[in-house]
Amino acid sequence: MNWTLALPEIALAVSGMAILLFGVLRKEESGFLASMLAIGALLLAGVLMTATGAGHAYDGQFVVDPFSVALKLLILAGAILGVALSVDYNRAEGIGRFEFPVLIVMATVGMMVMVSAANLMTLYLGLELQSLSIYVLAAFARENLRSAEAGLKYFVLGALASGLLLYGMTLVYGFTGTMDFARIATGLADPMQVSAGLIVGVVFILAGLAFKISAVPFHMWTPDVYEGAPTPVTAFLSTAPKVAAMGLLLRVMIGPFGHLLAQWQGLVVLVSIASMLLGALGAIGQRNIKRLMAYSSIGHMGYALIGLAAGTVSGVRGVLVYLAVYIFMSAGAFAVILAMRRGGRAVEGIADLAGLGRSDPALAMLMSVFMFSMAGIPPLSGFFGKLYVFLAAVQSGMWTLAIIGVLTSVVGAYYYVRIIKVMYFDAGETGFAVRPATLSIVAAGSGLVTLLFALFAAPVVAMAEAAARALLG
Amino acid sequence: MIATAAFYVFAAVLLGSAALVVSARNPVHSVLFLILAFFNAAGLFLLAGAEFLAMILVIVYVGAVAVLFLFVVMMLDIDFTRMREGIQRYAPVGATVGVILLVELASVFGSWQLLPQSASLRGAVAPGAVSNTAALGDLLYTHNVLLFQLAGLVLLVAMIGAIVLTLRARKASRRQDISRQVAQRVEDTLVLVKVGLGAAVTEAEFQRPLPEPAVAAAEPHGGGHGHGGTHAAEVR
Repeated sequence: MNWTLALPEIALAVSGMAILLFGVLRKEESGFLASMLAIGALLLAGVLMTATGAGHAYDGQFVVDPFSVALKLLILAGAILGVALSVDYNRAEGIGRFEFPVLIVMATVGMMVMVSAANLMTLYLGLELQSLSIYVLAAFARENLRSAEAGLKYFVLGALASGLLLYGMTLVYGFTGTMDFARIATGLADPMQVSAGLIVGVVFILAGLAFKISAVPFHMWTPDVYEGAPTPVTAFLSTAPKVAAMGLLLRVMIGPFGHLLAQWQGLVVLVSIASMLLGALGAIGQRNIKRLMAYSSIGHMGYALIGLAAGTVSGVRGVLVYLAVYIFMSAGAFAVILAMRRGGRAVEGIADLAGLGRSDPALAMLMSVFMFSMAGIPPLSGFFGKLYVFLAAVQSGMWTLAIIGVLTSVVGAYYYVRIIKVMYFDAGETGFAVRPATLSIVAAGSGLVTLLFALFAAPVVAMAEAAARALLG
Repeated sequence: MIATAAFYVFAAVLLGSAALVVSARNPVHSVLFLILAFFNAAGLFLLAGAEFLAMILVIVYVGAVAVLFLFVVMMLDIDFTRMREGIQRYAPVGATVGVILLVELASVFGSWQLLPQSASLRGAVAPGAVSNTAALGDLLYTHNVLLFQLAGLVLLVAMIGAIVLTLRARKASRRQDISRQVAQRVEDTLVLVKVGLGAAVTEAEFQRPLPEPAVAAAEPHGGGHGHGGTHAAEVR
């Protein structure tokens, strides 16, 4: 058995437990040190990933291929950004405990297992490990009523989604007799084997996973959890877990259920259109920037789903490029949101950004880059993300999806540009408190990636293409 | 022959102790008979070749569940005679439910048709030459080791979560630190002050300030310091 294929996950889990022990044994507050160790562990996992080969392991329950490697790199990047963003905020808010980075590390292990799943049971355990860690993180500021409410709400609705997913999995297991992705795929190659019960199972699995990427109609939790959870958790929630859940959705739908494309395609198209519309329209009336980001993320997942709906190599490539672009835009925007502190506490209103163009031109400039990029203005990275998914839709003849996508982008541009207008043209209060170095570094780094994506788009797209070929191959 | 005899012994004791569980007047006796019933059921499992189930029954049900029952019965002050008062009132309803259940079971088992090979299939509980336990262990720790470890991680995260969300460092708790008490030396707690003949000890002569009353009360009065003679003793 080739157990070394899971070496990055094993190393990450062991270092997570080591950090936990370190934090428990060390008497004084060790949030900062634990965070640094967590970043080190995540980097170590990234290095180990380049050293491991490819193939199946653990009785075919675990697979490493270019697709999983590409997604794991994105997940690790998202997790590192998440930990980096949390350090100063947590200390300022008095929640700088060492369990925070430990939980992020554990969630990352779960996410890496999710995208490497080659069996329904592996899928479920990875998903639960990730979700359970994030439920706790959402309620991490336990003295804060809204944070506790966010954690509870996410937990209850997440348990419901897990129930839907498990029900779908039992149906699929009952009708195919196996949990193994490859064996399900070969079993379903014969159209005579496809029964109504199996389709119901696939729909339930799709619903359970749609909840995790907060696609309409399973999005209800998103604005409340985004608003209530501590901001670094929201930042983390909108990057790595989205990548993992989307990767899992791609792997499950294209892998074992690839032969049922005709059956689930319409459903994904519907979910995608609904998400794009709600993301564009729901955000317009928002005053809280975290709620606005929640609707924005619903919309972005709608765009990414266009690639899945296409179900082709170029579609999967489009989703991967979109995710790669999205985590940096999102992390950067949240770095700016985290810098919004005034009078010793965080402010979250969009109106609080007024006058930022004069009081802090660098921060305002970075936020403009992220907002323009999310709106999909060339030559920023968000444009390329949208370009590749729309391209895939057009190539598969799904003109409706592409047209609706372009139209909702135009509507969405309104509220992104409104933030820029507030920053530069509205008279506002005095500037924000001096921002910590970590936020500046994350914001500037993400800003550079977003701004200069066109320069290194070719290798990213090539990598996404290789990953997509591995999945569909 | 011996197996048949053992089966009847186990079965008879099982039924007898199960009846006593519900009819014993003393609840503690009920729990003890329950434990006896579990042991005999485990014996029956052993006879059927399911040694893993037998072990689990003893470990989980006798080791944990029955002991828990015992604790509950002993700790909660439940008046069992009052609980039995309504037994005559509820007996008709209970009997009706029981009869319906019996009729249903009879109708199911009356039409039940056994496969001709069922006897031989039942005999092959263990797959191949390995025992039950080895087969389960193989499944759990070899084929599904990844899932097993992941489940362990999920439980760890649940534990971390429970602690993170509920544990509060209580300032008011008075912890007894044995090692600190043992490591106390006389010089740490006792100040010897020479008192002149006929003179009193004034507060200025103490080398350390007096401890706060609350803290002083929290300190255990151990460590073997005495009051006596002409020495004024100060308990730190």
